[in-house]
Amino acid sequence: MSENKNDQLPLWEVFIQKSNGAPIKHAGSIHASDKEMALQNARDIYTRRNEGRLLWLVPSNAIVATVIEDEADFFDPADDKIYRHPSFYEVPDGVTNI
Amino acid sequence: MDTVENMSPELLAFEARLAKDEVIEPKDWMPADYAKTLLRQISQHAHSEVIGMQPEGNWVLRAPTFRAKKILLAKIQDEGGHGLYLYSAAETLGMDRSQMIDQLHEGKAKYSSIFNYPALNWADIGAIGWLVDGAAIVNQVSLQRTSFGPYARAMVRICMEESFHQRQGYEIMVRMMRGNEAQRQMAQDAMNRWWWPALMMFGPHDKDSAHTQQSMKWKIKRQSNDVLRQRFVDKTIPQAHFIGLNVPDPDLKYDEETKSYQIGEINWDEFNQVIRGNGFCNHARLSHHKKRIGKESGYVRLQLHTL
Repeated sequence: MSENKNDQLPLWEVFIQKSNGAPIKHAGSIHASDKEMALQNARDIYTRRNEGRLLWLVPSNAIVATVIEDEADFFDPADDKIYRHPSFYEVPDGVTNI
Repeated sequence: MDTVENMSPELLAFEARLAKDEVIEPKDWMPADYAKTLLRQISQHAHSEVIGMQPEGNWVLRAPTFRAKKILLAKIQDEGGHGLYLYSAAETLGMDRSQMIDQLHEGKAKYSSIFNYPALNWADIGAIGWLVDGAAIVNQVSLQRTSFGPYARAMVRICMEESFHQRQGYEIMVRMMRGNEAQRQMAQDAMNRWWWPALMMFGPHDKDSAHTQQSMKWKIKRQSNDVLRQRFVDKTIPQAHFIGLNVPDPDLKYDEETKSYQIGEINWDEFNQVIRGNGFCNHARLSHHKKRIGKESGYVRLQLHTL
């Protein structure tokens, strides 16, 4: 079996903002040698149909991520604080606009 | 055979996630065979998109109008883009693109057999868009729910873009069927040659399919070959009849009760011959690909990888 040759240009993650004020969302990835090429490749691959008005390109190796195996432990601090949700509180019948 | 007793805790957790229809991401734990199956399927899918540019590229310079030429170029550019989405999805499993391409060139990885048929006349471009992309869409819509996240997301993008491909193909067929007698004959001829290969794109019958059962268990495949093929048949035959095209199947029956068509026997001998390399264009497709991005051509190779 052939080996990985590590002959690929650096990997970048592509983020697109669809419209003014919208969140900037991950769309996929591309290979490129520098920032300009990254932007142009992302435009040609991911926005051929006006999918966005703004692109962010991030070198993939700059991304820090959690892993699913740690989900329970890592997000545990949010589990036992139901008083952070409005539904936790009692509001007397008849009170409105709160 | 895996039983609950001999399954590792990781495997149990993995199967539990699949049972809840959770999506698996590249860094998540997964069985080696799950990754291997995905790599085989996604790289084959990527190679198909790229090799699929060839039969259509053949017609760019001969498109009958400037409008048709622009559309064809846009479609071919989409296929290249789809190849890149899919190579990116496959790369998340740890194999890089040049290794996948090496495997294609060494015959260890396949591409869809449909592209080993030639595009002989302009109606073939219609038939490819309508039937070949139509069949691919049925398969890809189902794969939008595949269990591997990068593959599923690539499928969502691809399905969005492919619907134009199918419509432009059908429009070509409509125009030719509304043309003169010679044009109608060309359209029917293309229908006759592409109908059965399009049905073969869904792969062997479920009972003969080596990979279906495990792939369905892992939710890589969400619907079986025969189910998807039937969906395509029932969608497509009324479109053929609407413009006066005959379906080249003497055994075709319509079942009033199930509102569904029953097709005749598929020639699996032909299917197997083409897979084994004996189709019309197997040699031409692969040697063209090797020439364009082969080892003797480092510059072109770099360009293609970064298109």
